[in-house]
Amino acid sequence: MITLDINGKTHELDIADDMPLLYALRNQVGLNGAKYGCGLGQCGACTVLVNDKPVFSCLTPCGALAGKSVRTVESLGSVDQPGPLQKAFIDEQAAQCGYCIAGMIVRAQALLEANPHPDDETIRRHMAPNLCRCGTHVRIFAAIKSVVAQGGKV
Amino acid sequence: MKNPTQNVNLSRRAFVINGALVMGFAMLPGIPRAFADTEVDTLGTTILAPDLPGSLRATPYLDAWIRIDAKDGITVYTGKVELGTGVKTALLQIAAERLEVSPGLIRFLTADTALTPNEGYTAGSHTIVDSGTALFNAAAQVRQLLLESAARQWQRSIDSLTTRDAVIYDTQGRSMTYAQAVVGVQLHRFASANSPFKPAGSFTLIGKSLPRLDIPAKVSGGAAYVQDMRLPDMLHARVIRPPRRGSQLLEIDEAALRQLPGEVKLVRNGSYLAVVATDEWLAVKAMREGYAKARWTEGNPLPDSTHIHQLLTELPARRYPVSAKGDLPQPLPRAYKARVTKQYLMHGSIGPSCAVAWFKDGTLTVWTHTQGVYPLRAGIAEMVGLPVAQVRCIHAEGSGCYGHNGADDAAADAALIAMAIPGKPIRVQWMREQENLWEPYSSAMLAEVEAGLDDSGRLRDWKYELWSTPHNERIVNAGRLLPAWLLANPFTPAPSVPIAQPEGDGDRNAVPLYEIPNLKVDMNFVLTMPFRTSAMRSLGAHINIFAIESTVDELAARATIDPVQFRLNHLSDPRARAVVERVAAEFRWPHKATGPGSGIGFAFARYKNIMGYCAIAVQLHVQRQTGQVMIDRVVAAVDVGQIVSPDGLLNQIQGGIVQSASWTLYERILYDASGMHSFDWSGYPIMRFPDLPQQVEVHMIDQPDQPFLGAAEIVQGPMAAALGNAINDATGKRLLDLPLARRGWQDALGS
Repeated sequence: MITLDINGKTHELDIADDMPLLYALRNQVGLNGAKYGCGLGQCGACTVLVNDKPVFSCLTPCGALAGKSVRTVESLGSVDQPGPLQKAFIDEQAAQCGYCIAGMIVRAQALLEANPHPDDETIRRHMAPNLCRCGTHVRIFAAIKSVVAQGGKV
Repeated sequence: MKNPTQNVNLSRRAFVINGALVMGFAMLPGIPRAFADTEVDTLGTTILAPDLPGSLRATPYLDAWIRIDAKDGITVYTGKVELGTGVKTALLQIAAERLEVSPGLIRFLTADTALTPNEGYTAGSHTIVDSGTALFNAAAQVRQLLLESAARQWQRSIDSLTTRDAVIYDTQGRSMTYAQAVVGVQLHRFASANSPFKPAGSFTLIGKSLPRLDIPAKVSGGAAYVQDMRLPDMLHARVIRPPRRGSQLLEIDEAALRQLPGEVKLVRNGSYLAVVATDEWLAVKAMREGYAKARWTEGNPLPDSTHIHQLLTELPARRYPVSAKGDLPQPLPRAYKARVTKQYLMHGSIGPSCAVAWFKDGTLTVWTHTQGVYPLRAGIAEMVGLPVAQVRCIHAEGSGCYGHNGADDAAADAALIAMAIPGKPIRVQWMREQENLWEPYSSAMLAEVEAGLDDSGRLRDWKYELWSTPHNERIVNAGRLLPAWLLANPFTPAPSVPIAQPEGDGDRNAVPLYEIPNLKVDMNFVLTMPFRTSAMRSLGAHINIFAIESTVDELAARATIDPVQFRLNHLSDPRARAVVERVAAEFRWPHKATGPGSGIGFAFARYKNIMGYCAIAVQLHVQRQTGQVMIDRVVAAVDVGQIVSPDGLLNQIQGGIVQSASWTLYERILYDASGMHSFDWSGYPIMRFPDLPQQVEVHMIDQPDQPFLGAAEIVQGPMAAALGNAINDATGKRLLDLPLARRGWQDALGS
């Protein structure tokens, strides 16, 4: 049995130590936000927060998460009550296919929690691990900037 | 192997699906009516009513598009799918505008072979042109029939009636819902060629940016993709592919798979292998064990990438004359000559392909992110040996595809495995390396151009020759589905046929829109290659526009005329001129950038010469020591006819600018005789945030009351060309081999 703290809830899961967190989130816990993109830590579609730091859930074995807290995009708000970044992404219509977007929001969340006033260069560098193939970067950048402009409170 | 003729459909159908054109355009100016006789359009649908607008041509019955009843209210159907471009919302806007109801009152269903019209493929920037035009007309005609019904029942004139949110009112305060009015109206009737006119000035939805319906779920972890489907007792599958094309399975150690903890099933049919487990991670482990324990024959050799463009000219090819006019002297006097190349590219969807299939009670249902549920259904039915009526394909969104990626093949995988394990829903998820190694690529291409001026500095002679493998290996038979090649009784792909002009295939946009008296354009359609290639956003237009616009810049320089003015000197279409002039004005062309390595570049094209117009200017700077290209500013102007959703259009153009920049500057599939090396993102780098253009401006020229022209692909070629021209301006070097900023490219700049 493995105990995982996900979005403030404790889950006792009968899974192998080597199961990447991504699979446990999607299949055992039933969350959709973290996406499978590469399984190699190269694209960021699976990004979640572990102890407030962005990590690639596709590379993080569940056995390494004892005592740590995991947060996914689901913890940041809902369709009815979106969090500040989620609302900014909706307001900017910052998605095309949207497959990368949950990972983008989670990575931006990590930045703004640590630094509510990043400059443009810092945002670009911070977001570099996450790929978008539709070319929605312009809007993703604008959505993050709009939260920063409102004080960076997430 | 079966005799190829048993599987290869050489009949008229296979030919015309690929070879004939485009009936969605009869309403557009400039399209010869001669095409109206064609029975099947390029997107795979049969024409039943050639005089009707848009996809009504293939699906003329009004009730195929719109149904109204007391139980479900208003239901609107489209055979197109949401690929991430926002068309689902835009199509809903069109239907709601013409039904004159709030979008929230419409139940809107996208492609499902059991429910919706067959609109072939969602491709080629056709969605708003085909389906949007159909709904624009069908919805207005249905509303008119409802008004006529109410007018009959109340014995009033139609002119005295008004509607608001699906209720009809008369001047005496009587009202009747659409659902009441529809009683006694036969909607199972052919649409008319003419629809009630509504001036664009009175639109309340078309031309407004309705927020996209799908985004809230996508930002908050809602179930939004086929990847997120969870059916009862669903099993997880992974496929085990051969090391390369042509490899045959020699043996696999099934006992090793049985030693894994948990229950794993191996599905085997010839060289086709898949593993199925109750848990996804277990399926991944079993797949890895399978890769380690399977032994294969060596397979087909791969060429050396260094000489790929030479090889293209040596392989068997069919020559297609694309365009010819005037009297081209041979050889061209004082001609500018260029040899332009493009490498194999991949679609590179962020989410590898996925599908869910369930064979239950004799019917195989497949949830898929295919671009064409109907063609896929026919291919799958042939592959698994079921009647078409017992296969249902339902579109469910996937990661953006930008063309023919692994979607159809993954659906075929799910279908094969579901047939082997009846009664259980099967979810197949391709791994990253499977997508990269097995998706159909965008063809490597070679273009040779020779062009010359007359004494007054006008374009006079233009000779253009192109070499390309196919861009349209869509699913016209089971053999076009990759898994079907691997079966014990394999299927053979239908012969390749290029999409004809004016849409074009490798030759899309190979003919310049500029006025040139003497011109000859030919395509060599290369039939045998080691790589399967198929449609990727804009097909050959990417390299063709790059080649044309590079050449135009060179000739402008020879004529010592400003490149924008030079283009205007050869463009008479006022809408073409308008986008060029708009960009020049907004960019303040030829306002020069300052600083070392700075340059500006301009480009223009009308997509396929019949669809949307796009002009673009780029300012960038090149860091010579590192080879890094920084894009400082991009200014684009587009005219796509009547704009449905300005923000949706803007999103497509902004995205296309970034994606085309990535293709043009960085992308190429790496391979050599030893194998494929672009199996992950480190072997196939695409643009990341730090290289993003600093500033992107898009100007949209609306054309109220004009036909929809389509938007999604129009910027790919012009952005590539503007980058090439700006790099030339920045460095003094005319780079003609894509990608332009490949690793080590500073060598090409010289010191």
